This record gives sequence, structure tokens and C-alpha cells, in this order.
Amino acid sequence: MAMHVARNWRETPERYRMEAAKCKKCAAIHFPARIICPECQGREFATVRLSGKGELATFTIIRVAPTGFGDLIPYAVGIVKMDEGIHVMAQIVDCNPEELKIGNRVVSQFRRINQEGKTGMILYGYKFVPDLGL
Amino acid sequence: MNEVAIIGVGMTKWGELWEKSLRDISVEAALKCLDDAGVDKVDSITVGTMSGGLFNAQEHLGSLVADYLGQRFVPATRVESACASGGLAVKTACMEVASGLSQYALAVGVEKMTDVDGGDATFALATASDYDYEAFHGITFPGLYALMAVAHMKKYGTSLEQLAQVSVKNHHNGSLNPHAQFPFAVTLDQVMTSTMVADPLRLLHCSPITDGSAAVLLVPLAVAKKMNKPYAVITGIGHASDTIALCQRKDIAKLEVVEVAAQRALKMAGKTIRDIDFAEVHDCFSIAEIMVMEALGVVEPGQGGPATINGLTALDGDFPINPSGGLKSKGHPVGATGVAQVVEAVIQLRGQAGPRQIKNARTALTQNMGGSGASSIIHILEAR
Repeated sequence: MAMHVARNWRETPERYRMEAAKCKKCAAIHFPARIICPECQGREFATVRLSGKGELATFTIIRVAPTGFGDLIPYAVGIVKMDEGIHVMAQIVDCNPEELKIGNRVVSQFRRINQEGKTGMILYGYKFVPDLGL
Repeated sequence: MNEVAIIGVGMTKWGELWEKSLRDISVEAALKCLDDAGVDKVDSITVGTMSGGLFNAQEHLGSLVADYLGQRFVPATRVESACASGGLAVKTACMEVASGLSQYALAVGVEKMTDVDGGDATFALATASDYDYEAFHGITFPGLYALMAVAHMKKYGTSLEQLAQVSVKNHHNGSLNPHAQFPFAVTLDQVMTSTMVADPLRLLHCSPITDGSAAVLLVPLAVAKKMNKPYAVITGIGHASDTIALCQRKDIAKLEVVEVAAQRALKMAGKTIRDIDFAEVHDCFSIAEIMVMEALGVVEPGQGGPATINGLTALDGDFPINPSGGLKSKGHPVGATGVAQVVEAVIQLRGQAGPRQIKNARTALTQNMGGSGASSIIHILEAR
């Protein structure tokens, strides 16, 4: 569904730079950023950038896709336990999804995610790829 | 606070109802319910629906249903909690009666899902997730539950055969339910070789896209007693929410929202899970039924799969689950599901379930769930 540009533009810090919020009171890291900390109700945060590195906690291979993702099937989507301790969901690409295993080391990359129809915005964000230590 | 009883129930045949519209099926279920109760005028209407906007380009369902049900000027409210919208409609109607605002409170659940194609229906459902951090990345609802299944299998050794048995059991029950979308049995082999949707979940692990509606009429217990009709009493309500995004839960092999809602409902009813005779639960995917059993406390964590294989939850088991056929066989018109669970519970408590009747059914639990476990609503109903 095509939305106003602002709907996507305002997500830039999270989608392009993986910016998270670290609670100044209890040090919990939240991705995406929050206005109030669910752990301690703190309201002051520092902006931190996630390292992008982590390991695969669970994953699936999508074979029936929602509108806009049909060209990608089959594709893997997983939950990654980031080295910062928090969990992030995204596609796992540049790999044979059949060969993925829980515990695999992965690293985030900036990629094209989707397009809002033939004339809409091209949407970018993070995907994870196998961490080859490069 | 008034004690609340259910005095009437009704539902349409569920399936791909191409010849019927959103308003047609809502009114059909509501009228069946009112006729069942012998009531022709209500004091309030609560409509549970997930997304008339995305499925039918129609919001404002409270007024639509009140108008076409011939109940103009009645206060009508639409409530939404994704796939738990139906359960929320029953809870809201219950509050209408308990508070004394309404004497006759009608709860209608409806979803008309086949007005859009499969891709758009998958998109509409995916908006129940955390859109910017889940659906945006191409995850689907089968995908979210697949992530839970993988985690559950890794933590507890839950097997593909155990997952498949949930579908086999529910299709057997649904084969005895004339309202079911897919009223036929399936074999373990058929489930385990069906088309893969999101590994390890296959087509026959997944509830379908369905058009359907269901309705219940709630009244104060004191009024029900004077109506000379069989009724069931709502003795417990448990409602809870959790993180919208699956990945932010501490343990995704556990449905904590269900555990919390169940504890609240059981406490309100003054019961333990051992006092419950049967349950209708939210088996949107086979893994969900296994995880819900564990969260309700029917079995210990990790024992949902083995217990299903051992027949604990079969129609003639010690703790029957989903005698109606569940979401898998009966169908899953998302906003209608929570209301239909209550309809089945009342039919069972009245002893009117025919070939799928559970013997000596006196106390029932219904568990409705939104998203990947971001909301759950549980009701406990008793025959009196």
C-alpha cells in the first residue's frame, strides 16, 4: 500500500543506521527506540548504534509471500540475537536458506527491502548476511 | 456487578461465501442468535472485527450491523484486537451487562476475508504484527508462528509428527461440525506432505482464510433465569497484552500472554485448570495449540506435543480441546473466531453438540489470541 513519503522517511534512523536507545537509568537497550523504558519507566535515553553483529536465534523460510515479496520466495526471515543482547527480526540473505542453522554468525547490511507498487517509493533497510569475518 | 449469562447463540456456515457480503453474514449470525434467544430488540451491539478496512474497504461496522439488523439508534461499538477481536467483543458485551448499562447485549464477530486476493489477505493479517519491524521485512503470520515452532522444537524436542497430530485431531472434530469450512478428516501423512508455507509449517498446519460470522446474546443472570431457556454463565474473564513484536519476548517458546490471561480468568471463576472439562483454543497454527495447552497449565511446558499424540486432547480424551474442529477445520474468519469459540462452548454446555458432544460438559474455557501472542482473551463458562 503506497503511503505518504513521511511514513517511511521518519524511520530512517532505525532502518538505515540501526539506531537504538539506551536507557540512562537502567542501561537497557531498546530497538526501536522508545519514549519510556518498559524495564524501569525511565524517560531519558542515549542514542546508540547497533554493531549489526549477532547470531541466528531462530528462522523460517517463507514460501508463501505477502504482496510485494513474491519475487523473493523462497527467502529466510530470522530473529538475530545481537551482540548487544537484544533481538532483531529481518531477512537472512546471500545464503542458501536450506543450509542455515541456529547459532550461525550474521552481520547486517543495508539493502533494498520492497517497493510500494510500480511507481511508489523504493524502501531500504537492514538485512542480515552470513558473517564471513570480512 | 450483575452476573452475566449467555441466552442465545448463532453462527453462519463458514467458508468461501462469495455470494454473501460482510453485512449479509453479520446479520445472518445475529438473527440466528436473537431467534435462538427469542429476543427481537437489544440494548447494545458490540461488533468484533479485525479489519473491514483492508478486507472490504468498510469500517464503521457498529452502525452497519445495527442498521441492517433493524436496530437503528441502538448504541453500537466496534472493537478490535486483531484475531482476538471476537473474544474482545464478548468481553465488552459482558461489561455492558455486568455494569447494568444493557439488559440485552449482543456481541457479533465477523470477518469477510475473500473480497481480496491471497496476497492482500496475507498483507491485511500481517498488519496485526509490529508493521515497521516485522511485516515490513516480509514476515507473514505463518512465518511468525514458524519461528515459535522452530524455537519450541529446539528447546523441547517437539516433533513434526506431534505438530501434524494437532491438525489430524481438529479435522476429525470438524468433520462432525456442519458449520465447519473443511468438515472432513485428514491423515497424518496428508498433513506431513502438504505444501510447505513457512518451514516447518505446511498448509495443513495453518488455519485457512474464511468468511464467517458468529453471535451471542448476553443478559443478567437474573433475567436468564426467567426466560425458560438453557443458558451458560460467564464466571471468569482474563485479558492480557504483551509486546507487539515477537522478537522482544524473553522466551518465544512460551505464550506468556496466555498464561497471564488464564490465571486471571481462573482466579475470577475460583477454579483451577483441573476444574475445566474442555477448551476451545486458538489453533491458528498447529504449534499454537501445543503452546496454548502448556500456557494454560493443561500440561507442563514441552509436554503439549506428546500429550496430543497420546490423545489427551481428543474428543474422548481427559481434556478435549477444540471439539468444534478449531480454527484449522472450522475456519478462521479472524474477528468471528473468538465469538464462535463461545458459541461452541455454550452448545456443548447445553448438551446440543450431537456427534461431537463431550460427555458431562459442565465447565468450559475459551482462549482467543491476537497477533503472535500480543493479546489474549479467555472466558470461563459454566452450565447452571
